[in-house]
Amino acid sequence: MNILLPIISGFAAGIISGMGIGGGTILIPALSIFLSIDQHTAQGVNLLYFIPTAVVALFVHIKNKAIDYKIAIPIILSGIAGAIGGSALALVIHAKLLKKLFGGFLFFMGIYEICKKDKQKEKK
Amino acid sequence: MKKLEKLKKHKIFLYVSGGLVSGFLNGLFGSGGGTVIVPFLEEFLDRDEHTSHATAILIILGFTIVSLIFYGFGQVLDWRLALTVSAGGVVGGFLGARLLKKLTGGTIRKIFGAFMIIAAVRMVFSK
Repeated sequence: MNILLPIISGFAAGIISGMGIGGGTILIPALSIFLSIDQHTAQGVNLLYFIPTAVVALFVHIKNKAIDYKIAIPIILSGIAGAIGGSALALVIHAKLLKKLFGGFLFFMGIYEICKKDKQKEKK
Repeated sequence: MKKLEKLKKHKIFLYVSGGLVSGFLNGLFGSGGGTVIVPFLEEFLDRDEHTSHATAILIILGFTIVSLIFYGFGQVLDWRLALTVSAGGVVGGFLGARLLKKLTGGTIRKIFGAFMIIAAVRMVFSK
């Protein structure tokens, strides 16, 4: 099993999301298009990959006291129902259909990135 | 007293709807929750950029753990692949965060936006 391509894909996707572009949606199309990985697996990999990167980032944010727990807790608690619904729905949708739906979602994410204003310019 | 109660109900509605949409996308597409929740925190809950990004990571982490439980039961998790990808991703993420300071995202962001659209079209029309 070739491990070079997955590592490179992860590396490239990591750079892009590290720069704040794409919000985690870069890796899934990369795995799907370049490694022909099926949609559910690709999405699962993206979710797993988020855990270590989030934990590391949170160490820094907690130290800097940048997290607003007052809003985080209620949002997480109320959003769990959404996460359960979304995950359950993903699992009953056929991989090919989920891929197309994801493509539609990715399309709007792409437009969003193009239309995003550079915040530094806004301040000027 | 009535106005205060109306305001509180309004806020609860905001928390719940923002969380629901973000959590739903996270579960359905394995991504995208952050893209929804960060502007939500900034625009509707009036948090500054730094707080929004930091808080969003915690929120999405919560959703991701829940989603992963379901994906796990659905037996679609490829741990070996995830480990391999994450190995590259952690290094890339570190590099990307450092690049963020040096380069203004503007043009690069639009270029990747275009790539995302191209990838999107490919995925939609895949067989």
